Amino acid sequence: MAEDGRTFDAAATEAVLSGKAADRDLLRFLTCGSVDDGKSTLIGRVLYDSKLIFEDQLKSLERDSKVRGRAGGALDLSLLVDGLQQEREQGITIDVAWRYFNTDRRKFIVADTPGHEQYTRNMATGASNADLAVLLVDARKGVLVQTRRHATIAKLMGLRHVVLAVNKMDLVGYDQTVYDAIRDDFLAFAAQIGLPAPVCIPVSALMGDNVVNRGEGMPWYDGPALLPYLEEVDVVQNSVDAPFRFPVQWVNRPNLDFRGYCGTIASGRVRPGDQVVVHPSARQTTVARVVDFSGDRDEAVAGESVTLTLTDEVDIARGDLLSPADARPDVADQMAAHVIWMADERMLPERSYLLKIGHTTVPAQITEIKHRLDVNTQNKLAAKHLDLNEVAFCNLSLARPVPFDPYETNRATGGFILIDRTTHQTVGCGMIAFGLRRAENIHWQALSVDKATRATQKHQTPGVLWFTGLSGAGKSTVANLVEKRLMALGHHSYILDGDNVRHGLNRDLGFTPEDRVENIRRVAEVSRLFVDAGLIVLVSFISPYRAERRLAREKVADGEFLEVFVDTPLAVCEARDPKGLYKKARAGQIKNFTGIDSEYEPPEAPELHLNAGESTPDELAEQVIQALRARGMLRE
Amino acid sequence: MPSAVTPSATPSRAVRLTHLQRLEAESIHIIREVVAEVRKPVMLYSIGKDSSVMLHLARKAFAPGPLPFPLMHIDTTWKFREMIEFRDRMARELGFELLVHVNEDGVRQGIGPILHGSGVHTDVMKTQGLKQALTKYGFDAAFGGARRDEEASRAKERVFSFRTATHQWDPRNQRPELWSLYNGRISAGESIRAFPLSNWTELDVWQYIHQEDIPVVPLYFAKPRPVIQHNGMWVMVDDDRLPIPEGVEPEMKSVRFRTLGCYPLTGAVESTATTVAEVVAEMLNSRTSERAGRAIDHDQAGSMELKKRDGYF
Repeated sequence: MAEDGRTFDAAATEAVLSGKAADRDLLRFLTCGSVDDGKSTLIGRVLYDSKLIFEDQLKSLERDSKVRGRAGGALDLSLLVDGLQQEREQGITIDVAWRYFNTDRRKFIVADTPGHEQYTRNMATGASNADLAVLLVDARKGVLVQTRRHATIAKLMGLRHVVLAVNKMDLVGYDQTVYDAIRDDFLAFAAQIGLPAPVCIPVSALMGDNVVNRGEGMPWYDGPALLPYLEEVDVVQNSVDAPFRFPVQWVNRPNLDFRGYCGTIASGRVRPGDQVVVHPSARQTTVARVVDFSGDRDEAVAGESVTLTLTDEVDIARGDLLSPADARPDVADQMAAHVIWMADERMLPERSYLLKIGHTTVPAQITEIKHRLDVNTQNKLAAKHLDLNEVAFCNLSLARPVPFDPYETNRATGGFILIDRTTHQTVGCGMIAFGLRRAENIHWQALSVDKATRATQKHQTPGVLWFTGLSGAGKSTVANLVEKRLMALGHHSYILDGDNVRHGLNRDLGFTPEDRVENIRRVAEVSRLFVDAGLIVLVSFISPYRAERRLAREKVADGEFLEVFVDTPLAVCEARDPKGLYKKARAGQIKNFTGIDSEYEPPEAPELHLNAGESTPDELAEQVIQALRARGMLRE
Repeated sequence: MPSAVTPSATPSRAVRLTHLQRLEAESIHIIREVVAEVRKPVMLYSIGKDSSVMLHLARKAFAPGPLPFPLMHIDTTWKFREMIEFRDRMARELGFELLVHVNEDGVRQGIGPILHGSGVHTDVMKTQGLKQALTKYGFDAAFGGARRDEEASRAKERVFSFRTATHQWDPRNQRPELWSLYNGRISAGESIRAFPLSNWTELDVWQYIHQEDIPVVPLYFAKPRPVIQHNGMWVMVDDDRLPIPEGVEPEMKSVRFRTLGCYPLTGAVESTATTVAEVVAEMLNSRTSERAGRAIDHDQAGSMELKKRDGYF
């Protein structure tokens, strides 16, 4: 590809390979705006005026411009980058399309984020890896709701460089007063949301003014054109001067003589001899060597993937974080963060997700939605759950403490993703604001009589029998029979029944998905306490969601939880209808009824699967007793 | 205009990584992340320049240790002979474990690019062969050297691309990728295709080959080679399986290849470039895009898209 049309001879090529061009740095930027704002035309203009278009591409552009162009037969530069529309029609999920071009100064990676309906999710994804965002506005329309949304997301994602490109200046007669009004409007808004020093440039992508070249139209503008600005802007975030952070990605132990810790330096720099602290264990040690493929290094800096060896034989695993002793990260299991929800399936507080931060993956719950942020109006709203593309400020609780920094000070150690535990989809992302100190101050009271002692006194193995199934499946009937037999065998047990618990402990909860999750969480906690007390607990709850049953399972030790799937076909349950509930649900008098208008997720691998349509309750209870016996949980 | 909003460049930069350093670090990060998150990875080795760069990056990722996974070549039996020689020499010199898989069903049926056309040949010998091999060895992640700049349908491809237990690509079911936090969790039977070179361009690849002195197949450099016109391309007569029409004599032309695949499907370009620098010079002056010489992409509109859904890389 001939950059600026010249021919490359040996000397020019040598310069590309070894000289200035080989030392090009990299700018990743994001373009925000709808097709109507001229986003594609702008990128097309950058490529065209920079002579970055192949001859065959130019020919097909000329042809296509006549057929489908919107420039009246003249070159329609937007056709160079369009095509996403068509793909969207094919039903392909595109959150970001990536484009690449080089100039002599820089290599550029452009993230183009299509889609109105999923804009927040897509823009957040593109912005997470971008150094800079170009926000487009139409000079005829000025700052719109969507402009404010783009700026809000840019701020949320921690972009330090935002360019407002006021496009279509040709359509307002290159009028400086129009531009000035839009600029002032935007700067006022940017100041309000705390967006750091945005830059405004008036452009006409169609005519080429202030895109690559200055053009004739706007002599009153004394700043640089867009591309020269992008070539010059200093986007090296101070990450090299920030405190050293090294998330351990992989422990490299090829032989007994070498034990190295591989990772990408998130910020700062490291040299042999540096004192470092390992988190979360807080062990101190010293860097012995900084190694890469070619050997030992004197120093490595943020952004480099290297291997460190340490002077001490400390126990370090993937997911640990190294820092200097005098500039440590936070370590906590509770924190406040901005969360962007990215899945069709709704986020429910207290549901267990996996949180991945750095190289650690840990079970986590959103315990509380402090407020939801309307990205269009910046209003803070109350919310009980989050839907696709919604943004909220939340409290999170993790299964164990992790090291992190506030996202504002370090994007690499302050951002996380949330993963659904069943589908493994990435369902959300978050930017940590600060750690919460609660857990730290409530220490576990050490008790001298423990679970084992109490269980021994009762001569039994405590555990949870978790009966799940549709309403009317026979859960309570079977559980009741099982408990009678346990009693007869001299065991100490207790039944937690869905209906009964809702009369007391959970009387404040309804049947919305949020309340169902909380219902199960409380019962799971009570089960855990009873197991700790040495009891065999029988829980008889519809418990329709896999995620909550898993949460209950994780409250107790391995082997203590037996999921009993009371599998009765819906038709049988409905025919039985012991409480007349199905009838009411069918009549629309009960909402959110499991099996009718609320989903039941059957267990995938229950310890016990009772085909309840085919046996009597006594036979089913006997199956449960046999299963307990087989596990050695009964006195013989 | 208030001075706060006047764009200005700040020239002082203390430490600045070059674009190649950043690309290299990102690729190494991706390679290590896959190895850390999955059970049994494999690196697909197509013997081309992108594979050579990917292999080099993988060696860097795990130095001073050996590669923690094997390399696998899906041999369609129609690769250039020099490619096979190069592959075996690399395996010997660098000491990596090399698996070679041939779709023996396809061989028994006599499938080939000349008789059956590029569509059927590529599907049976490459796509089906790949699926067979992944199932046979039980790999749950496979590295590929694809770049997003290669072809329009790749521009939106994720770095981690998810496949069902039957190796299908479900375009509606791909995960958003934020920061460098890759989600590598899969259910039993599912697998990941990972693309560490996603953000590299053809020029980056050559610059890096030059900078790191990475060996590549000699076919990338010009040399007099016997060629004939075949399907509108200069095709090299690499062995006697290529049918030469009556009255046509192979011509000796100084040619090289911009990409490498099955020899009857790969067009040669006339060239005198015998060094990396000369190849790059020709590329910079070139007026056509990289995959123009690949018959496989031109079968039908959106053909790469269809192949990908079906399990092609």
